[in-house]
This record gives sequence, C-alpha cells and structure tokens, in this order.
Amino acid sequence: MNSKTLSALRSIFAHVVLVILSFMCLFFFYILFVNATRSHADLQKGFSALPGGYFWQNLKNVANDGTFPMIRGILNSLIVSGSCAAICTYFSALTAYGLYAYDFKLKKIAFTFIMAILVMPTQVTAMGFLRLITKMGMYDSLLPLIIPSIASPAVFYFMYSYLQSSLPLSLVEAARIDGSKEFRTFNQIVLPIMKPAIAVQAIFTFVGSWNNYFVPALVIQSKDKMTVPILIATLRGADYMNFDMGKIYMMIMVAIVPIILVYLLLSKYIIAGVTLGGVKG
Amino acid sequence: MKPKRKKIDYAKWGYIFIFPFFAAFFIFSFIPLVDTIRYSFYEYYRSGIKEIGPNFVGMKNYVSLLQSDMLKYAGNTLILWLIGFVPQIVIALLLAQWFVDARLKIHGKQFFKVVIYLPNLIMASAFAMLFFTLFSTNGPMNSILMSMGLTDHAIDFMGSVSGTRSLVGLMNFLMWFGNTTIMLMAAIMGISPDIFEASELDGCNSTQRFFHITLPLIRPILAYTLITSIIGGLQMFDVPQILTNGQGNPDRTSMTLIMFLNSHLKSKNYGMAGSLSVYLFIVSGILCFIVYRMTNDDDPDGSKAAARKNRKAGRR
Amino acid sequence: MKKKLVSIVLMTALAAGTLAGCGGQGGSDTGDSANVQTGGDAQGSSSDAAVATATDEGKVINIYCWNNEFRERVELVYPEVKETSADGTVTTLNDGTEIHWIINPNQDGVYQQKLDEALLNQASAAADDKVDIFLSETDYVNKYTDAEADVAMPLKDLGINPGTDLADQYSFTKITASDVNGVQRGSTWQCCPGLLVYRRDIAKEVFGTDDPEEIGAKVKDWDTIKATAGELKAKGYYTFSSYADTFRLYGNSIDAPWVAPGETTIKVDQKIMNWINDSKEWLDAGYLDKTVKGQWNSDWNQAMGSSSKVFAFLFPAWGIDFTLKPNWDGEDGMWAVTNPPQEYNWGGSYVHACTGTDNPQHVKDIIMSVTADKDNLLKISREKTDFTNTQSSMREAATDDANFSSDFLGGQNPFKYFAPVAENIKIAPLSAYDQGCVELIQNSFSDYFQGMVDFDKAKANFETAIIERYPEITAVQWPQ
Repeated sequence: MNSKTLSALRSIFAHVVLVILSFMCLFFFYILFVNATRSHADLQKGFSALPGGYFWQNLKNVANDGTFPMIRGILNSLIVSGSCAAICTYFSALTAYGLYAYDFKLKKIAFTFIMAILVMPTQVTAMGFLRLITKMGMYDSLLPLIIPSIASPAVFYFMYSYLQSSLPLSLVEAARIDGSKEFRTFNQIVLPIMKPAIAVQAIFTFVGSWNNYFVPALVIQSKDKMTVPILIATLRGADYMNFDMGKIYMMIMVAIVPIILVYLLLSKYIIAGVTLGGVKG
Repeated sequence: MKPKRKKIDYAKWGYIFIFPFFAAFFIFSFIPLVDTIRYSFYEYYRSGIKEIGPNFVGMKNYVSLLQSDMLKYAGNTLILWLIGFVPQIVIALLLAQWFVDARLKIHGKQFFKVVIYLPNLIMASAFAMLFFTLFSTNGPMNSILMSMGLTDHAIDFMGSVSGTRSLVGLMNFLMWFGNTTIMLMAAIMGISPDIFEASELDGCNSTQRFFHITLPLIRPILAYTLITSIIGGLQMFDVPQILTNGQGNPDRTSMTLIMFLNSHLKSKNYGMAGSLSVYLFIVSGILCFIVYRMTNDDDPDGSKAAARKNRKAGRR
Repeated sequence: MKKKLVSIVLMTALAAGTLAGCGGQGGSDTGDSANVQTGGDAQGSSSDAAVATATDEGKVINIYCWNNEFRERVELVYPEVKETSADGTVTTLNDGTEIHWIINPNQDGVYQQKLDEALLNQASAAADDKVDIFLSETDYVNKYTDAEADVAMPLKDLGINPGTDLADQYSFTKITASDVNGVQRGSTWQCCPGLLVYRRDIAKEVFGTDDPEEIGAKVKDWDTIKATAGELKAKGYYTFSSYADTFRLYGNSIDAPWVAPGETTIKVDQKIMNWINDSKEWLDAGYLDKTVKGQWNSDWNQAMGSSSKVFAFLFPAWGIDFTLKPNWDGEDGMWAVTNPPQEYNWGGSYVHACTGTDNPQHVKDIIMSVTADKDNLLKISREKTDFTNTQSSMREAATDDANFSSDFLGGQNPFKYFAPVAENIKIAPLSAYDQGCVELIQNSFSDYFQGMVDFDKAKANFETAIIERYPEITAVQWPQ
C-alpha cells in the first residue's frame, strides 16, 4: 500500500517536473512563432503574447526577396547537413569498429591520439583551414563543409563507447566462422546493431551542421551556395536600410522547421531501434 | 601457425577501417593545427590592411597572455559552464531514469522527449537573440514579473554579474538537457533487462537500483557526456557573445576563453590567437585526461578488470 | 608485417608532406602581401595610361559592399544601367558590361574580412575577378584610404579632379576620403549632418510650444540644453534615451586623432572625457533613461515609441527615416526637427575605385554620376531621402518645401535644418583605429555609468579591450 502511494506520488511529481520543463522549452518556440507573425513595427513596440496577423506577409517577404535565396539556402543546408550526418556517422562507426574489433600495433596510439584531438576547439584551426582549402581550390564550395566531418572524434568516441557496451566480439567471430568478409560483417552485422547510436549521432551531427555559422561564413562566398545561418546573418547585417526583425524571426522559423521534421522522423526511429534491440548486454 | 597468420590479416583491416578518419583528420585539422602552433611563436597580425610579421618572437606571446586577464576568463568560463552543467546532468539523469521506468507510467512520453530536445535545434545565436530581447530591461520578462506583482521596478537582468551569468547558464541548460537526457536514455535502455530483473528479485528499491546498477553501467556514456560537455563549455561562445555584445559585460565577468580568442581573431592577431589556442588545447587535453581516467579506471569492484582479463585470455 | 610497414610509411609521408606544404604556404603568403604593395603601385601608375586610352575594359565590374543601398542608387541615376537580375547580384549595362555585386554583411566585421582577403589577392586575381569598386563607412574609411596601403586609387588617377569636378561637394566629406597627404581616394553621394528630433506633444506640455525655432533656442548649446533637461525632468521626461545618443556630438569634434599617423599610442581626447563626465552627470541627474543601455537594442527602439518618456533623439536623415519612423507607433506629424546643440555628422558610405581595376573608365563614370552630378543627387534625395553631397542642390532642397517637406515631421522641411549643419561640420581628424576606439570606449564606460565599476577600472577595461583589438597599440594616454 505504502509503496503504491509512494510511486503514485513519484509519478505525479515526475509529471509536474516534465510539464514545467516542457513549458520552458516550448515557451521560446512560442515567442519565436509570435514574433514571426508580427511586423517589424509591431515588434519594436514591444512584446505581445498573442500572434499578430503578419505571418504570410513576413513569409512572402522572405521567400520573394530576390537578393535572398531562401529555398536555395535551405536546399544547400539540407545537402550539407544530410551528407555530414551520413558520412560522419558511417566513418565514425567504421573507425570505432576498426579500433574496437581488431588488434594491431598502433591501436593504442591511434586511440590515445583521437582522444587527444577530441578536445580541439574548431575555432583554433579556422584560419589555417581557410588558407588550406583556398590552396586546394575548394574555396566557395560545399565540399569543405562536408568532407572534414569524416574525422569527428566526439562521434567516434560515442560509437566506441556504444560498441563496448553492446557488441560482443563473439558475434564478430561467429560471422567470420560463417565466412563473412570483414566489410560485409561491418555493414550487415555491426551497423544494424549500432543503429540506435547512429540515429542519435545523425541527429546531433545534422543539427550541428545545420546551425553551423562559423566555418561556412569563412568558406562560402557566392549567393547560390549560402547556407541558412549565413542567410540569417546577411539579413541581420543588412543594417538600417532594410532591417526587418519580422523577416529575421520568420527566417529563423523557416530554418528550424526542416530540422524539426527530420528530428521527428528520426526520433521515432531511435525509440524503435532501442526497444526492438539487437542489443543484448 | 594458422591462427597467427589470420591475426595479421585482421590487423590490416583495422588499419583500413581507421584510415579515412586519419586521412581526413590530417588534411583538414592537422595541417591547420600545425599552422596555428607555428604562428603562436611569431609576431603576426594585420594592422588595417597591412600585414605585420611574421617575425619569430619565441615564447613572447605565451608570456604576455599569462600576464593578461586570460586566467580570469578561464575562471569565467568554468563558472558559466558549471552553472549550466550541474542542473543539466542532474535533471537529465532524473528524466532518463523516469522515462525508462515503466512503473512510473509517464503519459505522453514521446511528446515530452520530443519537446525537451527542441531547444537544441535552434541556432545558439538565434536563441541568445531571443533571450536578449526577452530579458531586456523594458522587455516582456520584466513586464510579466511586474504585472504578477513579483517586483515593483524593472530588474536589470543583464546589468549584474549574477544576472548575466545565470542567463547564460539557463540558456546552456535549456539547450542541452534534452540532448543529454536522450543520450543517457539510450545508454540505460542498452542495459540488459535481466540485470534489473535480478536486482528486483534481490529486493533493490529504485534509488538503490539507480545508484548501484544504472549509474555504474552507463559510466562510459556518462564519461562521454562529461567530456563533450567540458569541450562544449571550453568552446562556449555564441551565447555569451551575443547576450553581452561580445564584451562580456559587466566588467568582463562573462567573457569566455573563446570570446577572448575571437577578439584576437577579429583583430587578425594570428600569433596571439595561436598561442591562446595552444593553451586551450593543453588545458582541455589535461581536463579530458583526468575525466577519462576518473570514469574509466576507477573500478571499485574489479569487474571491469576481470572482464578485460577474460577478453584477453579469450583472444589468446 | 610488410603491409603494416607500408601503411606506416604512407602515414608518415602524408604527415611530412603536409608539414612541408604548410611551411611553403606561410612563406608564399607573406610574398603575396608584398606583391600587393609593390604591384599595387605599378598598377596605380599604369592605370593612368589606361584611363587616357580607355580602350579595352574588362567585361565584369566587381563591386564590394554590404547592402543594396549603393546598387539602388546606381540603378536610379547611372544612365548606362540596362537591367538587374532578379536576385540582385548582377546588373547589366547597355554596352554589355556586367556589374557583379558582392555583398557581405557588415555584422561582426565579415564585410571587411572578405574585402581584405580580396584586396590582398588583387594583384594575382584574374582581370574579371579583380575588385573594381568597394565601399567603406566613415568609421573605417581611413583604413582603406591609407596612402601606404594604396588600395583605394587616388581619384586624380581615374581622371577626376577633386578640385573642380567635386567642387560642389561638402568639403568635410572630401577631407574624410583623403589620405594623410591630402590626396582624395574616395567620394560619397551622401552626407550625414545630424539634427535634434523631438516629440511635439512633450514640447507643448513642458515648454508650451512645439515651434522648431523656439525649441532650437532651448537646445542651442550644451549649457542651455542642460538647463532645459532640468525642466523636462521636472515634468517626468528624459531629454535623450541613452548616453550613447550624444556620443557622436563629442566624438566627432575631437581635436586630435585617436592615434596620430605613424604612432602607436592612443590619445584619448579631452572631448571624450567630457562625454564621459557629462554622461555620468546626466544619467545620475535622471536626464537620460537608465534602462536604455546603448543603441541598436530593443530598449532603445522602444524609447522611440509613443509610450516612451524620451523627449528627443539625435539623428541624421537616415536615422529619421530608417530608425525613428519604423519605431514610432503614433500618428505622423508628432515629431519635429531642430538644430542640435553641436553640429555633427553620423555615418556615410564612401565609394572607392580599387587599385588594379581593369575598368577604370566605367568606375570613373559611376563615381561621377552617383556622387558628383547635381541633378542625380537631387533625385536621390527626393526618392531615397538621403541628404546628398552637393551643396547647391541641398540649398535648393532647403527652400523647396513642395518637394521636401515631410509628413512624418508635421510638414516640416528637414533640409532647411540639415543644410546649415552640413556646412558647419568640421570633421574630426580620423585614424584607422576609430571604429574600435568608438565602439570600445562606449562599451567600457557603460559599466561605469551604471555604477558597476569605478572610473579607473573602466579605464583599465578600455585599455585591455583596445590592445586586444589592435595588437600594435603600445599605450593609452588619458588627458590630465
């Protein structure tokens, strides 16, 4: 009896906490939404809790602005973020598996090395990176935004940890005995087991890449290659002449909607992946 | 003879598998890094559009950084990170635990999970912009507080040290707790249900189960969270930068290391930025080494060491 | 074993190769910048010949700027313009030459960063990739007109004689765009004399009149306006919104540049100290709104709304149209302009011909028609509300109430007030460090104004920040 009321209380408490936290999270989206529905003049007058009637106007302003290729920008961002998420998770899983499942001389050194570079702040190498890609003729192209994500130490480390906890080496041995080639083993046995980890990291990489402003701002020059964050900065930087906060909020709205969609799709997949479980400890 | 040959064969695959990573790393990170380190020993900056240097100056940049307020900014960074991280990890653990606890019967689990992750999707800079507007002296937060009668005059949130720091902490918390929760949840769900069942039979209550089974078992992921959060904390930039207009106001108390680095990059001071980067690199390396050691080799019951022994033995 | 060895060798070879590549790269970089200096000179003198003959011009004119402002003005008045592509990136001229607009946001210094990169590569860039025209703002115009850097061509090398061709321009704009030797290296269509813009309703309530002449007398100099501020305060109004509002008036009348040419010491002018002391005094006295911290934030914008208690703002023409007007939520005709307590200039975009351009004739034509032609400039004033840069046309505008009166200002013709201010502006001596100094002194002392730090700490914070921004600065001198 006592334990039952206790767990009922716990359940209520949990729900209350969750509702408060959710409110805090959604509140900012709500503000963003409200702001995106108001004209610049309305916004400057102060805050309002209710949406205005300027939503379509703002959307039209953003979409029809010729100097501001929104659709193109979203497409570029999708390409870059999608490719990043794909190759980053694949190669990180590959590297993690390489270091986890095989014994070789440089294994320890390689692992320590990756752990050491795990902490390298990206800003540190930005200037040298820019010089390098200019030399390689990749300035103003999307490639330098994608390829470097092959080497993502943090994602590697996550994959490695995941493998440690969920891939018994005996499974690999068994596959070998069945005559499976190494790459096949990885692609057909190991990858499916890692699905939950891959899904989680794919989201993180996608979002990180989608929101990345620092590197694209250095690398991208021409309008038709700009990604969404650069476009927003361009809008904000368009100083007093055509400064329109309503447009900016709308652009931020437009920028996060695709992400939310991708997230919703993948989040279901994660849950499913985890509960179906190819993972047995 | 036969198994030995086979082993060499597999080692080759190890190299092949890790090759793309290292190739990409060497090209896109290592060369620029060497560049950075090299210039850290030079006087090298732009004055207007004229380039000064590079002139070799040895350790001068390092020394003058130590004499500057760098350590103060390191302190700021640490404080700002802690304000965000401590609530983040506590709440995330709690939520992850609740979400996997079938007996709590959380309604709308999927909804909550989706919602708490949402703030992470917004660009940090856009998020900071929103906060800046919300918490400005004549902003909506103040009018809400005043209309609720909680305060009779507008609070100058960003005018005080604690106010600014709390706002940065709150933003970091909101942006990352959902992320951490999902990650920890994945880890907890990865634990075999058998273990939980066994513990239940042994009469563990939920608190005991949490501290004695869940926590130790998700240690690798916890370590991962801690490490990535430390890195994220060291790299903290967008949020305080935009909230304080790049100045770390008031009185530079919310100036972080990367904001400091950014102000050097902005002035194109490659030499100074380089040596600051090297410091950052060393510090973060040490921090992570400590955390990694702490969470991996601290092995109270010896089960891990045993497992490792077994594995080794098995391979032999 | 063998294979393993091979892979190790491969890896180390790769690393070594990249290291070597890196060293070479650094070396060639400095080589490049040297080339720009000397190559630039050569280009500068050879372009004289190019102008004289003006035969083979390149097919592409690259213009670097930070928004559409200049493009719209070129489209408006440059007769050769045929059409602009829908996305605004390419303008085609009648002779088939294309203007490529390379726009980067001013924000976070991105514009200058990209421009600087392009300028450093100017000598080695292909003809069609060379920068032909670039724009700069008053705050950093000096960085680009620098004689030694020689990135902005002297106008006379283009065939423009500033003495005769630009005689009608306001002389302070010509001085602003000149290097230390007095060689003019840029020109502007716009001139930004500032006025005092005040709320008519508040004026009526406090002073019993909203007549611009009478209010003008109440704000004619600093002592008078201080007494007036007391009257406003007594009725519960603030004179200005923020301490940053008055900065341009002090900061643009300094006697010596922040940094004298060839020196590395920042000398803080007494006028700046006056601004600091006056701002503190005004803020403590309640003449300024304590909750508005600086400009360009939402508090500041709200101070321009109808519910605000702020009496006046200090704005040039663009400030009234693009800042005040969008933020005002009341009816038109509630504001009026009058003379400021001190003449000042705020803002302005300068057009420069880039050294090494392959289109000198076109560049000259564009600069002449957008910045020197009286009729064109009058047209810009009419359609884009800029206060433009020909004295004679602005004198006309000052009396032409039919074309230039503003509904927003209750039918007042602001040019009547702008023109005399413009003629009295004495531009402060510039240095390449102005942008940073102006920004950082306001930031560092805002803590002091709000009582967060004491005076000496604010000074120290300014010194720290400025040396971070400009590594070559060796000392900061404060007036006694």
